[in-house]
Amino acid sequence: MNDQVLTLADVAVSLGGRPVLRNIDLSVAQGEVVALLGANGSGKSTLVRAAVGLRPVRTGSVHLFGTPLSSYDAWQRVGYVPQRASATTGVPATVWEVVASGRLSRRRLLLPLGRADRAAVSAAVDAVGLGDRASQPVATLSGGQQQRVLMARALAGEPDLMLLDEPNAGVDVDSQHRIADTLAERAAAGATLLVVLHELGPFAPLIRRAIMLREGRLVYDGPPSGVVDLHDAQPFGGHHHPARSEPDFVPEVRAPFEGGR
Amino acid sequence: MLDILLSPFMLRALVAAAATGLAAPAVGTYLVQRRLSLMGDGIGHICVTGVALGVLTGTSPVLAAIVVAVLGALLIELIRSTGRASGDVALALLFYGGIAGGLVLISLAGNSAFALQGYLFGSITSISAGDVWVSVALAAVVIVLCVTLLPQLFAVAHDEDYARTAGLDVRVYNVLISVLAAVTVAVAMRTVGLLLVSALMVVPVATSQQFARGFRSTMAGAMVVGIVAALMGVGTSAYVDVPPGATIVLVALLGFVATWPVGILVQRRRRERVPFPADPVAEHETVGETHGHEHGPHCGHVAVEHGDHVDYIHGVHRHAAHGGHYDEH
Repeated sequence: MNDQVLTLADVAVSLGGRPVLRNIDLSVAQGEVVALLGANGSGKSTLVRAAVGLRPVRTGSVHLFGTPLSSYDAWQRVGYVPQRASATTGVPATVWEVVASGRLSRRRLLLPLGRADRAAVSAAVDAVGLGDRASQPVATLSGGQQQRVLMARALAGEPDLMLLDEPNAGVDVDSQHRIADTLAERAAAGATLLVVLHELGPFAPLIRRAIMLREGRLVYDGPPSGVVDLHDAQPFGGHHHPARSEPDFVPEVRAPFEGGR
Repeated sequence: MLDILLSPFMLRALVAAAATGLAAPAVGTYLVQRRLSLMGDGIGHICVTGVALGVLTGTSPVLAAIVVAVLGALLIELIRSTGRASGDVALALLFYGGIAGGLVLISLAGNSAFALQGYLFGSITSISAGDVWVSVALAAVVIVLCVTLLPQLFAVAHDEDYARTAGLDVRVYNVLISVLAAVTVAVAMRTVGLLLVSALMVVPVATSQQFARGFRSTMAGAMVVGIVAALMGVGTSAYVDVPPGATIVLVALLGFVATWPVGILVQRRRRERVPFPADPVAEHETVGETHGHEHGPHCGHVAVEHGDHVDYIHGVHRHAAHGGHYDEH
């Protein structure tokens, strides 16, 4: 159990009373590169967010590096890369400023950035190929470059475990390849990666293990080659469900008191 | 001519204005970043109740205003963070509660609403030496915290989820911003008045962010704009018979209007330099996932024309039919 970086045992997550994930048992060992696949709304993002404590679990337990999430505090070992926010925030921020916040888990309160911090931020910005844009406002970058900024922010913390939420969603092909290359370097250095993907794309050569979610349940865990013909091969049970043709997104109805997020 | 500016009451007014002019934009930068530009206004309205409470109980209106403002700011943060109501609904509830409570309390104290005027619109020239020192000390605390905790406060305001995974106690920092905003409002109450204080938190930031590239430079620029507007406003009111608080706000607004055309040009130049995404057609990427149905006019996905064909919006993807499969566009 000691080399288990991330463990989810019988995890269920509900959002606003609706069950989104259930019966999730998942262990990721040190050095593994895992793709988390599934349709929109299958709970991929929720699983990653639950793994880093951004979503409370209803049942079951989450362990990071063998420590229960509730008492986990070694956040410098974890690098979370959220999906690129669609809107930029009210006040401009430079690439450097955003990436520098990736060092917060390693910095002491009230002390300025040390030499090691600056070196790590520079290295992270260079690693995603934005070295010449470090002093540019993030809002003037393309969508793919903005996703790379978020990636660099996580890299700056020099994490042992990286969790990436659809790093290639809405990202130009050039940036997808660069993100995949950077991840390959991290994997070669021994980091553990859990990557939410809509499709393998440029990440395919990197992925050793694929996990597939369908409607909140884990339906496949094995080599990525087994995923593609999932509909025909049925590696997980004998009966066949007809493919649904519903739209992926159900429009959300919001009342004024329902909350801003 | 300079005699008026150097008279004791004018010097006190200038010092108090300078303190407000620096502190308000510093906090305001975080509020604008969190899209809570009107939070200062909401707290200002709550302060009306605080002032009236001070008058009613015979204690210091400023002290009572600070206490009530901090409580109100915590309430706004509580409502916002539990997601029971969106930020602007929470603010609206407190706006009207604060004003109505203040008017009822002040009449219970046997005063008409005119007793509130000095706090609603500011009364900087009647400020006492003791009040000046309190203002300067509180403003100094606000500025020091805003500057020294910038990395943490920026991270929380910029991306709350990420800040949480960096091990920051997000709630503590959110509450801190709210409390700093509340203290700033109570301090600025005597300078620009409760109804105008929000302007000094937001307008300098709006002026500065037209030109600044980053967060720190926006904050620094806003503080410069804030102190210049505060000193010019008070200085003007020394020679022309105009209310200093409103003049400070007008000077700040004039600064924004004057720089606006230049700001538009700067923004346009920056937008032009946003790089185009790499040509997706050249790569010819097929959809890797299994695809449950055929896209068509009635499939439920939004259809968007794209050159000589139609793309179907598929979450964050655009699927275009190509032979027997779909391409990512």
